[in-house]
Amino acid sequence: MTTTNEKIGEGRLFPSTSKLEELPWWALIIGLAAVLIIFSILTTPLYRDAFDFIREGIVTTVRVTLTAYAFAIVGGLFLGLGRVSKNVIYYNFATLYVELMRGIPMLVIILYGAFVVVPIGLQLINGLGSWLTGIGLAGLGATLQQVDIQDVDMSGRAIAGLAMGYAAFEAEVFRAGIQSIERGQMEAARSLGMTYVQAMRYVILPQAFRRVLPPLGNDFIAILKDSSLISVLAVRDITQLGKLYRARTFSSFEAYNIMAFLYLSMTISLSMLVKFIERRLGRGR
Amino acid sequence: MDANQNSDSIIQIDEVTKSFGKVKALQGVSLKVKRGEVLVIIGPSGSGKSTLLRCINMLEFPDGGHIVVDGTPVMHKRTNINTVRAEVGMVFQQFNLFPHLTVLENVMLAQKIVRGRGREEAEKIARQQLKHVGIPEKADSYPTQLSGGQQQRVAIARSLAMNPKIMLFDEPTSALDPEMIKEVLDVMVALAKEGMTMVVVSHEMGFARAAANRIVFMDGGRIIEEGTPEGFFNNPREERTKSFLSKIL
Repeated sequence: MTTTNEKIGEGRLFPSTSKLEELPWWALIIGLAAVLIIFSILTTPLYRDAFDFIREGIVTTVRVTLTAYAFAIVGGLFLGLGRVSKNVIYYNFATLYVELMRGIPMLVIILYGAFVVVPIGLQLINGLGSWLTGIGLAGLGATLQQVDIQDVDMSGRAIAGLAMGYAAFEAEVFRAGIQSIERGQMEAARSLGMTYVQAMRYVILPQAFRRVLPPLGNDFIAILKDSSLISVLAVRDITQLGKLYRARTFSSFEAYNIMAFLYLSMTISLSMLVKFIERRLGRGR
Repeated sequence: MDANQNSDSIIQIDEVTKSFGKVKALQGVSLKVKRGEVLVIIGPSGSGKSTLLRCINMLEFPDGGHIVVDGTPVMHKRTNINTVRAEVGMVFQQFNLFPHLTVLENVMLAQKIVRGRGREEAEKIARQQLKHVGIPEKADSYPTQLSGGQQQRVAIARSLAMNPKIMLFDEPTSALDPEMIKEVLDVMVALAKEGMTMVVVSHEMGFARAAANRIVFMDGGRIIEEGTPEGFFNNPREERTKSFLSKIL
């Protein structure tokens, strides 16, 4: 018995003695924990109470995440193109922005966006409004002048902060993706008479997008997790409701278990989706 | 410049210099290419032959000198280089096909967005050119599904679809397996016979003998010698040319 086992084990880096070691125990444990939580929600009044209270935050978490991510992708693409641009102003603007944002903690960016950038932005809009009124565009001018800080709720400000921070991360993802495309692609496109913008649009970016899909997916998971930080603005997301529930009932265990469960079920299924996409793209090439 | 004197030259290169850092790739090169001429540039690696070719369509910007392509001073600030490039096809050593597009789309793309041709017209011309290079059946394949020789022929078709006045070839067979070199050279010989103006950087002496009107030998960023294929191969004048030819022939 032992001799055959040794023979089988030979040639392997880590000889395994049984199939049991090859099982994905970590996944089984996660699955078991999930079943346990779901079972508790279904059977225990305390857990069900916590779940019913906190799950109201899912919509807010998802809405803030999706909106902020969309803005971050658009901003990131614009900044990423700046990072590879030969235009001195464009390049330096993009690089300055990225370096600043990457050096500031996300929590600070969110506070800064909510209480500094958004109010200043609104003042600029008001100023633009009075200028427009001055040059005779009274209708649009009056509308812009009337925009008030009260019109932008905290979740809007939270979105601004998250998008500001993540635009810098996505910029680096796009920059890396663009730079990973062989130089010959740009040369071939330009030698056919395409402008730089046409070559980017039709040749470089379509290829770069495929390559950055996995990192973009990972950043979506990251921004979903970081969206919990907006609870400092009292936005009623999953985290904020979890904190409220605990403060109200003192059942920390139930509240935080539910919070972790909700985030995990979203992030794990998303990361499985990212892996799936990654594999499909890998096959295509 | 006297227009009458140079009217038959489609490319005029005058005292062009180019350095990469401390390396002087071109040290004052002057060259004229006539309309319909097939010019082959040979020389050891690092002699500046590829750099010279890439200066013609401004993929490299020279440090000094003048270049006129089909009457347009390409180094001039006011010149829109894109309109010049549309008239000058280029074939690369590494093919550089667009991997995210099918063969047909590869040949159609620049026609549509640079030449402004409609979809149908671009497709018709693309299919003609694919037939021209002998692979009409590969229109719907992706570049990665083709052999190196087939890819290079698509690259030639992609350039020809723009109806260029000049074709530049930058070592078009150097990345190919030996058995695929011929299929690419055959296309190039046919193109030469059709009267296309061609500037070819190549190590293929067989092609140079068969298709070239003139051969230019470069070394150390300078033109050492030029002449007809017969004269060049049979009676080279310069010592440097003789030693180069003795090594490769």
